[in-house]
Amino acid sequence: MIRFDTVSKSYPGTSRPALNGVNLEILKGEFVFLVGASGSGKSSFLRLILKEEFPTKGQIHVLGQHVNRLPSRKVPYFRRNLGVVFQDFRLLPQKTVFDNVAFTLQVIGKSRGFIQEAVPDVLKMVGLAGKSGRYPHELSGGEQQRVAIARAIVNKPAILLADEPTGNLDPATSAGIMTLLERINLGGTTVVMATHDAGIVDQMQRRVIELIGGQIVRDERRGGYQTQTIPIQRLEAEQAIGVQP
Amino acid sequence: MRLGLVIGEAAQGLRRNVAMVISVILVTFISLTFVGAAILLQMQIGQMKGYWYDRAQVAVYLCTSSDTGGNCAQAEATKDQIAAVRAQLDSTTLKPYVKHYDFETHAEAYANFKKQFADSPLASFTKPSMLNESFRVNLVNPNQAAILIDSLKGLPGVQDVEDQRGYLDQIFAVLNAASYTAIGLAALMLVAAVLLIATTIRLSAFSRRREIGIMRLVGASNRFIQTPFILEGVFAALIGSVLAGGAIVAIVQFFVKGYLGNTLGQTTTLVGTQDAWIVVPVLVVLGAVLASLSAGAAISRYLKV
Repeated sequence: MIRFDTVSKSYPGTSRPALNGVNLEILKGEFVFLVGASGSGKSSFLRLILKEEFPTKGQIHVLGQHVNRLPSRKVPYFRRNLGVVFQDFRLLPQKTVFDNVAFTLQVIGKSRGFIQEAVPDVLKMVGLAGKSGRYPHELSGGEQQRVAIARAIVNKPAILLADEPTGNLDPATSAGIMTLLERINLGGTTVVMATHDAGIVDQMQRRVIELIGGQIVRDERRGGYQTQTIPIQRLEAEQAIGVQP
Repeated sequence: MRLGLVIGEAAQGLRRNVAMVISVILVTFISLTFVGAAILLQMQIGQMKGYWYDRAQVAVYLCTSSDTGGNCAQAEATKDQIAAVRAQLDSTTLKPYVKHYDFETHAEAYANFKKQFADSPLASFTKPSMLNESFRVNLVNPNQAAILIDSLKGLPGVQDVEDQRGYLDQIFAVLNAASYTAIGLAALMLVAAVLLIATTIRLSAFSRRREIGIMRLVGASNRFIQTPFILEGVFAALIGSVLAGGAIVAIVQFFVKGYLGNTLGQTTTLVGTQDAWIVVPVLVVLGAVLASLSAGAAISRYLKV
């Protein structure tokens, strides 16, 4: 589903790469947490999957496509198979909940009939059935994030990328969002979620990939936010980038 | 559905940016009016050339008793000298170049002169003998006047050989200068128009950068994203170019046909409304093409993947 072969990403002007020789494979239907400090490369990882960035070295395959070789004009069609959710929701303030979700379908050319059917369905699924006529500023943070999730999954993407989706939410609301993401995952969608929320990671017991300084230091099948199983590798990586443990 | 959405987005952009759109309309209007005026002037020059070059003659002026210039020595050209010029015009060397020629006597010259200067006091003290007798030669190809001038100028009794196109060329030079000035101004204004359109579109794209970001994220094609912006620029420019077309038609109708037509009467041909209608589509297409190019260039930086 997603495969990285010794992928490195350097940004111009910095000597230290954002990602350094990353190898990993994420399978269909997996739920993966991406953990690590700010600047450890989580966002770069997600941006590389979306082809918003181009790797400096290495090969990336997503959904059977060789992303490196994907021509620019095909990128929009490639992205239709991916849903994305952000910490800051990124809703359109002058559009209603319904229109925010419908906008996604309109701009990729879906028919009016399809939109009229799909949008209420997905709003019901995320628990916003009665709120389709509201504007984003009339909703709570958790509800806004549900709208964003609805927008990300309305086109039934194979992969859902979430960049700290609970970063702006209180624990109770976060738990609701996580239940929703779990439900989406059960429906067969692969979910990759970058997070700082230790409680969520510990509670869910899913695959955890930990990044430090652009390198994978841990890839645990059923992990928590912190682990003691491979402290040596972590220490080496931290020493390499000059972090005091 | 999709088309409606694209047009709706473009209309929204136009509404949000009213002031900039109006300035785009005005700048394209003025610049394309200059372009149209320049094209009309060139058409006018072309028409006048066609009209006058056919009528322009080479005049071979013969000496009068008062002339001192040329080959004259204050003596009237003799019959023999006139016959020699005529023989030269009929000779095998010149014959192929000459379409036909007339001889203008003192009396005819005087009659023409009186007609032309009827209101002038000059007419009252001019005597027929003061006016040159002349051969009026129409050439097969008016560009070959030099051959005639060279071969006739040296003959005795010839005061001067004159290509009348010389007078016309001065008029054309003035008209040409006017049309080049118009083209120069038009070019400057068009540069301003193109930059203004690019800025307007960039502003419009900036005010909708959230939408653009989301569209790119969810996989809207580049064409879908950029079309509303290009339409926005083209629409504004089209209004400007239609206004410019209207101005050109009005100029021809009221200034050229109305004012110049009345003042100059039948002395020359003028561009007409049908010429203006040729210019209008040129302006509209030019406006639309320039606008779509500059809007497309402006929006492209928002579409880099």
